Amino acid sequence: MAKINPKKTAMREQTPQERIKNFKEVPYGYSEGDAVLEAQRCLKCKKPTCIAGCPVEIDIPGFISKIAEKDFKNAIKILKKKNVLPAICGRVCPQEDQCEKECVLVKKMESVGIGRLERFAADWEAASGIVDIPEKHPATGKKVAVVGSGPAGLVFAGDLVQLGHEVTLFEALHKAGGVLVYGIPEFRLPKAIVQREVEYIEKLGVKLVTSFVVGNTQTVDELLQEHDAVFIGTGAGLPWFMNLPGENFSGIYSANEYLVRSNLMKAYLFPEYDTPIVRGKRVATIGGGNVAMDSARTAFRLGAEKSMIIYRRSKTEMPARIEEIHHAEEEGIHFEFLTLPVKYYGDENGWVKEMECLRMELGEPDASGRRRPITLPNSEFRISVDTVVVAIGQSPNPLIPQTTPDLQIAKHGNIIADEKTGKTTKKGVFAGGDIVTGAATVILAMGAGRIAARACDEYLKTGIW
Amino acid sequence: MFTILTKKELAPGIKLFEFDAPLIARKAKPGQFVVLRINETGERIPLTIADTKKDKGILVIVVQEVGKSTKLLGTLNQNDSIIDLIGPLGKPSEIEKYGTVACIGGGVGTPEIYPVARALKEKGNKVVSIVGARSKNLLIMEQEMKSVSDELYITTDDGTYGKKGLVTSELKRLIDEGVKIDCIFAVGPVIMMKAVCDTTRPYNIKTIVSLNPIMLDATGMCGVCRVDVGGETKFACVDGPEFDGHKVDFDLLTKRLRTYLKEEKESVDLFNKQSCGCGCKGN
Repeated sequence: MAKINPKKTAMREQTPQERIKNFKEVPYGYSEGDAVLEAQRCLKCKKPTCIAGCPVEIDIPGFISKIAEKDFKNAIKILKKKNVLPAICGRVCPQEDQCEKECVLVKKMESVGIGRLERFAADWEAASGIVDIPEKHPATGKKVAVVGSGPAGLVFAGDLVQLGHEVTLFEALHKAGGVLVYGIPEFRLPKAIVQREVEYIEKLGVKLVTSFVVGNTQTVDELLQEHDAVFIGTGAGLPWFMNLPGENFSGIYSANEYLVRSNLMKAYLFPEYDTPIVRGKRVATIGGGNVAMDSARTAFRLGAEKSMIIYRRSKTEMPARIEEIHHAEEEGIHFEFLTLPVKYYGDENGWVKEMECLRMELGEPDASGRRRPITLPNSEFRISVDTVVVAIGQSPNPLIPQTTPDLQIAKHGNIIADEKTGKTTKKGVFAGGDIVTGAATVILAMGAGRIAARACDEYLKTGIW
Repeated sequence: MFTILTKKELAPGIKLFEFDAPLIARKAKPGQFVVLRINETGERIPLTIADTKKDKGILVIVVQEVGKSTKLLGTLNQNDSIIDLIGPLGKPSEIEKYGTVACIGGGVGTPEIYPVARALKEKGNKVVSIVGARSKNLLIMEQEMKSVSDELYITTDDGTYGKKGLVTSELKRLIDEGVKIDCIFAVGPVIMMKAVCDTTRPYNIKTIVSLNPIMLDATGMCGVCRVDVGGETKFACVDGPEFDGHKVDFDLLTKRLRTYLKEEKESVDLFNKQSCGCGCKGN
């Protein structure tokens, strides 16, 4: 057997100098040759361990061996059996914590680039222009309403419509896609790709209704009068702030606001687009997750001279994908680890100008298993800033829980739903994704959508709750 | 798409639009608002609902042309349409039987206070209304307010109509004359609402104001509309827009409203150039 290249086949990408001046996607993706080369690194294990690492159980060696054989058409077919959004997952899944972590190669070298291959297959299909529309089951006459068009809702809707049910997908914002559209920036997930996937779901027969706020325009109970079941996938939309003195100064954004302005409203194209955004010169983003990386990298692209990440733990505890941290470092983002903001100072017009911070050290592990940060006494120092982005997390959006009295809610505002069925405490109502788990990943939300779809189909057929 | 059924100019730069929006009209309650987006490149702007005709599925809004979006909206006519109309949003006004209620409207706050006054009247309250405008020609909805008020007082800044002065001087006069007011609803410019609260604070009269901070999604997900109420940060879009005026930090609201002053001016200048009518498109 030929010797295996210990490193993943590199994916060409825009240089850091070039890309911080534009919003275009950073990696170009594999060429056919690159993809085949990378696919050949797969050992096609008799008992593959990678599949267990995938929340939707894609036949990973199956699709990769098709790529190795240059049979791209069947590669995408295998992928789509388990994953209706491969172009998205190939880009935003934390593969290093999932499938690639379980790859047998990892013990000796870099894993197979499963995510990169998934992305390649999906993009190949899109470029070919031939998208297979699978055959649908005969119409059942049952109607289902899906609330929220993020990853959970898209998968749920796509699955149920193929099973012959009539599905309407309601979205509160004016564009479908949820976090894929308002949250993840263009340079990481081009909106044309999300649009393509949404159109695919519509081609399957799902009716999409945007600018419809369930809870306000109609309540869940009203939807239930016209539908046999409802799925709630409204995500974790409520931004957290830190309740620090001065946090309401102008120039201090939640990550949601910063990213919605830039991504959904295209504020980076102001004044061609009407929505403005502050183009700060010294931008501090607080947090260590993907949303923080997205915000800090957006700041550069909006013209920041210095873009900083302020994180209270150290690099190893950062929850962001490795690739995002790597890209952020390459682009020149300045990291202030073990640092906790405690107070803001503003000017006479109410604009933020300085942030006071404390230094931290790591103590014993906490409930999350990560070492708990402890403040160091008398370590105060100030950072000069004109824009701050608070990216420390989100909790579930309360609109639906507030307007659906008999839906049971857990302590943090999450909807209580059975893990194996997505069933809530209200008959006919299913839920999945961040609204149930709290802020997590795209692929987990998709997995929850799939599980709920299966249970919902069963409920629609039998009427048994 | 939402079609404009009727457009009326109420005063220079103040226009009324009736939209065909049956779903929103059916649900809308006094005090709530909508978000609209005119076209694909447009921003999302919040506007308070001025009225509904539920049987006809009509939603009424009144707009003062100040920024680019409101100016652009002002150029649209009957049968034109906008791409998004979202709502009803925010919590409705607390319509209860208070006794005697003063409803105070200033400028384009008047169309916003009108449905509140009507609902309060229907609930059996005695409604005493004070409506203020800069000048006679900017006074709007006088007849509508008259029809839902037991007493109506008008003020203009320049004295061209009604009493010369501000709404607060009329309010102060009523209080000093011994009119027992149990609750006040005030909607108008920030400076007016602040002045009303300053007037009523010594008398400890419950004063409810409707706040108009910058909004984006207006469904609770961005937090740009955060306001300080009694030392606590609230999101006006989902926790409001109405709050106990005595607890509101109006200075913070004023400062936050100025966040995008520079960009707003740039947008308006560009719009004025491009619509200058001579066909030069700003060149």
